[in-house]
Amino acid sequence: MGEESGSAASVVSIPDDEQFDVTKEYSDKELALIANTVRKDIVRMLAEAKSGHSGGSLGLADIFTVLYFRVMKHKPSDPFWPERDIFILSNGHVVPVRYAVMARAGYLPVKELLTLRKLGTRLQGHPHRGDLPGLETSAGSLGQGLSIAVGAAYGLKMDGKPNTVFCSMGDGELQEGSIWEAAMAAGHYKLDNLIGFVDRNMLQIDGNTEDVMKLEPLADKWKSFNWEVIEANGHSIKEITEAFEKAKAVKGKPAVILFHTKMGKGVSFMEDKAEWHGKPPSIDEMKKALEELQETEEKIKAGEVM
Amino acid sequence: MDDKVVKEMNLVPAVYECEYDKIEKKPTRDGFGTGTAEEGRENKDVVVLCGDLADSTRASWFAKEHPDRFIEVGVAEQNMVGMAVGLALVGKIPYVSTYAVFVPGRAWDQIRISVSYGNFPVKIMGAHSGISVGPDGATHQALEDVAITRCLPNMTVIVPCDAEETRKAVRAAAKLKGPVYIRFHREKVPVITTKDTPFEIGKAQVYREGKDVAVIAAGVMVFEALQAAAKLAKEGIDVRVINLGTVKPIDEETVIKAARECGAVVTAEEHQVMGGIGSAVMEVLGKNAPVPVEMVGVQDRFGESGQPDELMEKFGLTSKDVLKAIKRVLERKSA
Repeated sequence: MGEESGSAASVVSIPDDEQFDVTKEYSDKELALIANTVRKDIVRMLAEAKSGHSGGSLGLADIFTVLYFRVMKHKPSDPFWPERDIFILSNGHVVPVRYAVMARAGYLPVKELLTLRKLGTRLQGHPHRGDLPGLETSAGSLGQGLSIAVGAAYGLKMDGKPNTVFCSMGDGELQEGSIWEAAMAAGHYKLDNLIGFVDRNMLQIDGNTEDVMKLEPLADKWKSFNWEVIEANGHSIKEITEAFEKAKAVKGKPAVILFHTKMGKGVSFMEDKAEWHGKPPSIDEMKKALEELQETEEKIKAGEVM
Repeated sequence: MDDKVVKEMNLVPAVYECEYDKIEKKPTRDGFGTGTAEEGRENKDVVVLCGDLADSTRASWFAKEHPDRFIEVGVAEQNMVGMAVGLALVGKIPYVSTYAVFVPGRAWDQIRISVSYGNFPVKIMGAHSGISVGPDGATHQALEDVAITRCLPNMTVIVPCDAEETRKAVRAAAKLKGPVYIRFHREKVPVITTKDTPFEIGKAQVYREGKDVAVIAAGVMVFEALQAAAKLAKEGIDVRVINLGTVKPIDEETVIKAARECGAVVTAEEHQVMGGIGSAVMEVLGKNAPVPVEMVGVQDRFGESGQPDELMEKFGLTSKDVLKAIKRVLERKSA
C-alpha cells in the first residue's frame, strides 16, 4: 500500500500552479480555460488518490468555475468574511471539483491538491468542515445540504442581510426524501436569497436515473414546491452565467437551476458512463485524459470551443 | 432529618428533612421553556426550531416572548436539524425541539454528519424521553437517545434531574461552542434543586455523602436514589448519591473517587442500560477502578402503554429498585 502510493507520487504532479484573482472580471473564454485547468487538476488528484468520484467532479467544473470566479461574493484571503455568499455542497462526493476550484482561487496551494484522501490531509474524501477554511459544511450522506442552505438563507433574512446562499445537488440525490422536506420549507418561507442547482447528468451509480428511480417530471416537481425553475446547459459559460443572473433576480420564492450536464465531461472515455461515478483514472488513463484536455485547451485558445 | 445530604448543594429543604412527598413537582420540559425564554432575552442569537409540537415541548414559551426568533418547521425533523446547522453557520444559536424519538432518533444521520462532524453549535432538545411518557407506548418512549448521542464525537450530553436543572442546562448550552444534547421528560417530577444548587456542564455533583456504596444517577432517578439512601440510612447503610448530570464529557474524577472510596456502585437511569448512563460509568470504572456495579435501567426491551407510575414500577425504575440494587451490590462487595 505504502509502496504503491510512493511510486504514484513520483508519476503524478501538477506542473502549473497558477492561481487566479477572483476579483478580476474574466471573459467567457478565460473562464472556460480555468475550468479546463480544473479538469486537469481533478484527473491528477484522483489518479494520485487512487480513489474518488471522477464523473460528477468533471461534470461540474464549468459551473463551479463560474460560481467562484464570476457569481459568488467571497474572499479567498478571508474565508469567514461575513459578507460572503454561502455555498453549500450537498453532493459531497464531488468535492474534488470544489477543492480544485478553491485552489485555483487561492484558498489553498495548488500542490496540496495531490494530498486528496491521504492520511492527515485537509482534503478529506468527503468534505469536513474545520479542516479547510472556505468549506462551509461537512457532507457525504446525500440529501442533507439543502436543509442547511434553507437554514442559512432563513437566518440571513432574519437579519436583513443581502448574502445569497447557493446549494449544489446531484440528480440522483433528489431521491432522498429529506431534499423535499427542505424544498417544501424553502417554498413556504419564500426564500428568494436561496439558489439551488442540480447536476442533471441523468446518471447515478446503478445507471440512468429514470431507470433506477424516475425523477421526471423534475421541473414540475420543483414548481409544485413553489420554486422558480430555470434550465440551462451546464457546460456553456454563457448559459451558466445567465442562469445564475436569472435566479438572482427571482423575488418572493427560491430558485433552482437544472443544469443539463455530462458526467465525466471533458474526458471522452468517461463521458456519460455511470461506471465513472465513483472511480478514479489509472495512471495511463490519466495521461490519456490529460492529452485530451490539452487538446481542448488549444481549441479554447483558438476560439474553436467554449 | 438526613444530615448526610450535602448542605452546599442547596437542594430544596424537604430533601434535607426527608419529606419527599412534600416536594413540588414540575415537568422537566418546563425548564426548556423557561431556559430558552430567559436565554433569548440576553442573547439575540438564540433561535428555537419546532417540529409541530410547540405546546407539548414548551417551545411555545419561547415563541410567546420571542416570536421573531421562533421557527416552525412542521413535521420534518431531518430538515429541522439541517436548518439548525444553516442557522448556526450564519451565527445563530439554534435549539431544535421535538420528541427525543424523532430527534435524535429519526434525524440521527443529520446529527452525525452535519451537526457533529461539522461541529456546529446546534442544541438538540429531546422532549418526552423515557418510559414515563406513558400511554403513547413504545414508539414514543425514547430509551436509546443517550446511547446514540453519546457515541458522537464533539457532542455534549446532559440529562438534568428536574425542571430547574433543565433550565440551567439549557442556558449553559448556549455558551458552549459545540453541539449539545439535552434530554427531558413529559411527566411532572419532583424539583429537588434550587437556583442556588451548583450546576456546571461536565461536573457531577455529590448530593449525599456516604461511604458504603455510591449511586450514580441521572434524570429523575436522582430523586429515587435519594429516597432509597434515606431509607437505607435507617438500616445503617451509608449511601453516597451522585447526580451525574452531564453524561458526556463524564466527570471521571468524581466517578472514580466514588468507586475507590465506596467500593461498590449502582447506576440508575430511565434509559436502556446498553449504551446509556450506566455504560458511561462502567467505561470509566473498568479502566480505573473496577468495583462491583449494578445497573438500574431498562433491560434491553421496548416500553409499552400504561400510566407513568405503573410503567416505572413494571420496568424497575423506582426507589425500591435502586434499594434492591444497592443490597445486591453490597453482597457482591462483601463476597
